[in-house]
Amino acid sequence: MLYREAGDFKTSYRDDSQTFPIKLERWGYYAVVALAFAVVPFVINDYWASAVLVPFLIYAIAAIGLNILTGYAGQVSLGTGGFMAVGAYSVYKLMTAFPDVSLLIHVVLAGIITAIVGVLFGLPSLRIKGFYLAVATLAAQFFLVWLFNKVPWFYNYSASGQITAPTRTFMGEAISGPAASAPAKYLVCLSFAFLVAWMARNLTRGSIGRKWMAIRDMDIAAEIIGVNPLRAKLSAFAVSSFFIGMAGALLFAVYLGAAEVGEAFGINKSFLVLFMIIIGGLGSIFGSFAGAAFLVLLPVLLKNLLVGNLGWPTDLAAHIELMIVGALIVTFLIVEPHGLARLWSLTKEKLRLWPFPH
Amino acid sequence: MDQLIFASEVMLNGLMTGVMYALVALGFVLIFKASGVFNYAQGVLALFAALTLVGIQNGQVPFAHLINAAFGTSLHHFGWTVPSILAVALTALVMVGLAFLIEKLVLQHLVGQEPIILFMATIGLAYFLEGLGDVMWGADIKTLDVGLPQGISESIESVTDSWFGYGYFIDRLDIWATVIAALLVAALVAFAQYTKQGRAMRAVADDHQAALSVGISLRFIWVMVWSIAGFVALVAGIMWGTKSGVQFSLSLIALKALPVLMLGGFTSIPGAIVGGLIIGVGEKLFEFAIGPMVGGATENWFAYVLALLFLVFRPQGLFGERIIERV
Repeated sequence: MLYREAGDFKTSYRDDSQTFPIKLERWGYYAVVALAFAVVPFVINDYWASAVLVPFLIYAIAAIGLNILTGYAGQVSLGTGGFMAVGAYSVYKLMTAFPDVSLLIHVVLAGIITAIVGVLFGLPSLRIKGFYLAVATLAAQFFLVWLFNKVPWFYNYSASGQITAPTRTFMGEAISGPAASAPAKYLVCLSFAFLVAWMARNLTRGSIGRKWMAIRDMDIAAEIIGVNPLRAKLSAFAVSSFFIGMAGALLFAVYLGAAEVGEAFGINKSFLVLFMIIIGGLGSIFGSFAGAAFLVLLPVLLKNLLVGNLGWPTDLAAHIELMIVGALIVTFLIVEPHGLARLWSLTKEKLRLWPFPH
Repeated sequence: MDQLIFASEVMLNGLMTGVMYALVALGFVLIFKASGVFNYAQGVLALFAALTLVGIQNGQVPFAHLINAAFGTSLHHFGWTVPSILAVALTALVMVGLAFLIEKLVLQHLVGQEPIILFMATIGLAYFLEGLGDVMWGADIKTLDVGLPQGISESIESVTDSWFGYGYFIDRLDIWATVIAALLVAALVAFAQYTKQGRAMRAVADDHQAALSVGISLRFIWVMVWSIAGFVALVAGIMWGTKSGVQFSLSLIALKALPVLMLGGFTSIPGAIVGGLIIGVGEKLFEFAIGPMVGGATENWFAYVLALLFLVFRPQGLFGERIIERV
């Protein structure tokens, strides 16, 4: 009888409305956080960091960002890749212009710059709705990628047109550039992911989150009950772009180290993050993590299986991966449109009644 | 004066490109009108159709790469070639089969879901078909030749030369594409307006429930509409494939068709044509006039920004149905 509310007495409203109301779950959450911060950095190696954990954490941040816009506020965006590029190029310009300031501050600043750009491209959302908006965000995607490609100032006039992250340290430890160690990269990304998830969770259950959800469910009705659509939509764009910009900054500075805009932040990245939140679950923070984990792990697993075990050529494996991802998206939408997060909460419901389901 | 003539040539070429965009946009509009599904996979359908056509023409063994990898064989071609007409007919059959499968496996299960869920399902479908096309026929760039004339039209060049003292360069393929697109649109409009099935299609587009209640089979109409969209995709695939080779980037024309749709309105066949022409001319002229000043390659985004600005003033597009919202 472990997973029960019984015996866990709440004596204040604060306790009553906490994120994890059940004791076992709460302790499970603390255990996972402790494990992630205190144990994993000591056992992590380069392969796990670069193939799985670091991209997982970075995409989780981006997925949370997109989930706020699409899952909570109902504004479908296909411009994620473009906004990540804004984050990446901002952090690059900041890193090279102010080498003495900590990278961590630069990442946050890059997020703020992206938020401003996001609000700018979010302005049409006041007039344009639904599909029309989804397509309109593609304007951001293509325009931004073109801009970073064509204006040499953004990549400091480098001959290759690439941006390369210089080495920056935090408390004596390199966290970007080629010298950065796996635990350092992992810890930076983990800290950001943790903070972003915490912020997002608290924003979405507060008054602003309720406004977003009201707008999502029906914007005209929301307007009638006193939600200002201008502020609700633009704040969703701002917060979402802030997170996505930080994800882009981390992706470039900590994970990739060097990036070319069309390749690293193209339209495929927008779709990838969108798929993450569909598979994970629209309107769920846990779902953002689950979806990111799923789509980061899937190619690794498939590659190990098809190329490693069966010895098939890599291009074939890549094509089959496309098919599997596509089929999974469709399957998920048919079987469970609310994604992995929904499956998880169904499991929890069952667990609470177990072993006497009637 | 020279600049003006040159600009007019750019404009003419833009019109031709616009027709090609309209061809893709047409497939979108058809499906959207009949089922309310915004079909992102339309571009990939065109790619898939073109790949299948080339594969059948050259007698490629489907899934050869996969079979070779799994069983260690070395299959590649059957060793025969199929004449163009027959290959086109076979490909059309494949597209009908595909339409049937899509209805059976995907759409049927998503009836009554929100439009945005359906849209995302078609993105999934696009990924699946892209992977399938590559696994079936291989990912290398192929040339497609079904006997359409190509190259610069000399007669137009000499005629315009004698009229204006300046020869216009116009690709013969573009002229053919324009003619075929015009015929296709006329045929589709006639079909929707004057045949029983066409009327049923319009009824479904109007109201699913009402159409069902007067005895129209929703499933049949959907299979039919997706088949027609598959056929339009085939035509678009042939045109674009002949123009620039059959390769992955063919599926990206769907992305070009999106702003066309936004501009013309999602529900209007004439809108798709007019939108295509505006975008085609607009982006060519913009690249010609402003492009050199800002570093070129403005075609990538101009269409979107134009459509975006346009939508701010008219959210339903040029010919779209007025959006009425009620609480």
